Amino acid sequence: MTRHRLIWPLLSIAALLLTNLLISPGFFSINMRDGHLYGSLIDIISFGAPLMLVAIGMTLVIATGGIDLSVGAVAAISGACACLLISKADDQNSLATVLMAIAAALGLSMLCGLWNGVLVAVIGIQPFVATLILMVAGRGIAQLITTGQIITIESSPYKRIGAGYLFALPFSIFIVAGVFVVTALLTRRTALGMLIEAVGGNKEASRLAGVRSRGLIILAYVFSSLCAGIAGVMISSIVSGADGNNAGLWIELDAILAVVIGGTALAGGRFFLAGTIIGAVLIQTLITTIYSIGIPPETNLLFKALVVTLVCLIQSPAFREKAFRLRRKPPLLADTTSPADDQPVKVTA
Amino acid sequence: MMENTAPILEMTGISKSFTAVKALEDVDFLLRAGEVHALLGENGAGKSTLLKVLTGVLPVDAGTIAFKGEQVHFANPLEAQQAGISAVYQEVNLCPNLSVAENMYIGREPRQLGRIQWRAMRRRATEALERVDVHVDVAALVSTHSLAVQQMVAIARAIDISADVLILDEPTSSLDRGEVDQLFAVIRQLVASGIAVVFVSHFLEQVYEIADRVTVLRNGRRVGEWKASELSRVELVTSMLGRELTTLEALERKPRAELTALEQTTPVLEAKAIGKKKAIAPFDLALYPGEVVGLAGLLGSGRTEVARLLFGADRADSGQFTVNGRTTTIRSPRAATAKGVAFCPENRRTEGLIEDLTVRENIVLALQAARGWTRSIPRKRQDELVEHWVRALDIRAASAEQPVRALSGGNQQKVLLARWLITEPKLLILDEPTRGIDVGAKTEIQRLVVSLCEDGVSVLFISAEIEEVLRLSHKVEVLRDRRIVAELANEGITVDTLLHTIAGGAAA
Repeated sequence: MTRHRLIWPLLSIAALLLTNLLISPGFFSINMRDGHLYGSLIDIISFGAPLMLVAIGMTLVIATGGIDLSVGAVAAISGACACLLISKADDQNSLATVLMAIAAALGLSMLCGLWNGVLVAVIGIQPFVATLILMVAGRGIAQLITTGQIITIESSPYKRIGAGYLFALPFSIFIVAGVFVVTALLTRRTALGMLIEAVGGNKEASRLAGVRSRGLIILAYVFSSLCAGIAGVMISSIVSGADGNNAGLWIELDAILAVVIGGTALAGGRFFLAGTIIGAVLIQTLITTIYSIGIPPETNLLFKALVVTLVCLIQSPAFREKAFRLRRKPPLLADTTSPADDQPVKVTA
Repeated sequence: MMENTAPILEMTGISKSFTAVKALEDVDFLLRAGEVHALLGENGAGKSTLLKVLTGVLPVDAGTIAFKGEQVHFANPLEAQQAGISAVYQEVNLCPNLSVAENMYIGREPRQLGRIQWRAMRRRATEALERVDVHVDVAALVSTHSLAVQQMVAIARAIDISADVLILDEPTSSLDRGEVDQLFAVIRQLVASGIAVVFVSHFLEQVYEIADRVTVLRNGRRVGEWKASELSRVELVTSMLGRELTTLEALERKPRAELTALEQTTPVLEAKAIGKKKAIAPFDLALYPGEVVGLAGLLGSGRTEVARLLFGADRADSGQFTVNGRTTTIRSPRAATAKGVAFCPENRRTEGLIEDLTVRENIVLALQAARGWTRSIPRKRQDELVEHWVRALDIRAASAEQPVRALSGGNQQKVLLARWLITEPKLLILDEPTRGIDVGAKTEIQRLVVSLCEDGVSVLFISAEIEEVLRLSHKVEVLRDRRIVAELANEGITVDTLLHTIAGGAAA
């Protein structure tokens, strides 16, 4: 089922790559330089790493029937926190300092997630509004941490996270792979995935089956913020600095898009982690394509929007059916209305 | 009342089916100008479908509708409304954030040169409301008024759009006695002016108070039409609940263990003065191992409310529970599950199953939820459990990995049963487990109840079908008006005595 669902995003990626190949024939070439592999295909994966991380966390939140708009702000907070701690240290290159800074940044991120989760699951605010609070306030917190400046650091261990290499490949790819595998094991080897899907699929039925939905929802938001925190560390590592204003800006929108392209419905329920990764790769390929085919910078957002709209339309069975039917004789419509049970239980005063 | 008025509306031979279910079969409905005509029936009888067909929400499969002597065919509610058929539903269809006047003229505001004539709109709204004897500030938001006033606003709007036929679906369910009187005064006034009113309600007293005629539907068929004055309460209740012996012959024998012997043991669950305001009056109920307790009563009598309190789906605001001799509370379904209580709700699609998930996942859900997400049931064990229960209950699915939404109603019900049976409950609450499913599945579920109670499980069985309740239960709790009014040991009680108890009042 997953395979079938992902055929359209995969074809879209192939089409984009092919476009690139036509424009620059060397697009697929990968070279070995100084023991590192270089090439556009590798760039797509490594530049897309923060987006993939955020999108993995977002997948679980969306599966519970929620949404997390605060991931960009959380990424900024996390990067700011790590960079501040490193910049204050005597020896910025000490591994212990870096590890402690990362731990503090991720801890703070999870706290942000706990805030979101409590607002949604305990207080009962709509996820859109609840996470909007931190989306806005989080940027402020990040700027408070950096005191409005861009904190720059000189730390080679920290630099490795986003810009280093391992086995000739960008280190960030291994981080994404690690998070992906852990998430997949955590959700599919335990009952976590199924229970999250149950809560997202039908909250009341889950409650009546004895599912502890509150805890699961909080867990999803904490996990999403943790992923955003890792992405934030990665983003600040790439540029060796923290920019409270611009780090992770609008990444939440790309992440939501990646999840949806990957086949997880915004309404919640079934989720597809592999689909999410493919969605993120598609978005990153598109961004790369925009630069490589030389779309004028002032129109690239519009271009991106057009392609994304197209991908979403092609993915929609209803749209395909309509587009298909235009060329065919319309088949007789079966009555697809669901049986209208007489009103549900009438609880009267 | 108006005896010889020609029919204003004549529905003949109306049939309507959904994928597998026949919602209406060859139903006739005749409405005369200037009468209040009550349309009655239990859940799933077809009332809503009939009204939806009439107002153009749903197309008919077969049958004709004649309105004012002409064949009509409404494609949508707007067309029906323009022709003169308006409906006011139980959940008042008003926008709470708009004013009364805005609600009354939404989409048809008095305009001049494109500008809305606010003053004219308020004046006309005030006049329209005064016609139904409501005097309120029409500029105030709808949400600031009581539900009764909101109901009146909806009715006033319907009449103002020009109604020859006014459909009131459960109009009194959220009103108190004084408000009901006010509503009835308005209805009488409307009827006197020649409007025909279709009145849907499950309050039988109110039906007798206001209705001239009664049409009863059951299982998608019309049982009959009577003058309200010529129909006794027992006859009415009998026609609504039915009493034909259909599926029950298939059961080999009655599960009639000695009641007195059963009650020597410790109850699985005992409720003392458990109640919830506005839902059900405090009641006592003891459920013994190996005993089937039936709940009988009309729709809205409080059957489901009892079940929900026992399962913790709603929180009781009075009384206490005793489980295995120890006093305790049941404040959530989770707490109930931990005490060995299981509950198959009446609306299996909205409250029971998770339709996106597979048959397997739906079956293991409750057991898995009780274990917590970290202690996953190994896949092999899941498959064994699922395979066992799919076979034991004869669940017909292409595979256990098929989404449960693809199954028929009866098979979905069995999936829900399987979900709870694998938790090995001590008390199983079944709310209308046989409604809307085919006869074969129905018999199997009844047989299952018998075998469960032989195994010492306590079963609370709720059904609108009196015969079914009587056939299965050791004792029957009778509910009326959100109160348990009688507990009858099922020894020699007949359908007639039970119907009399349900109907209450003058046992004729």
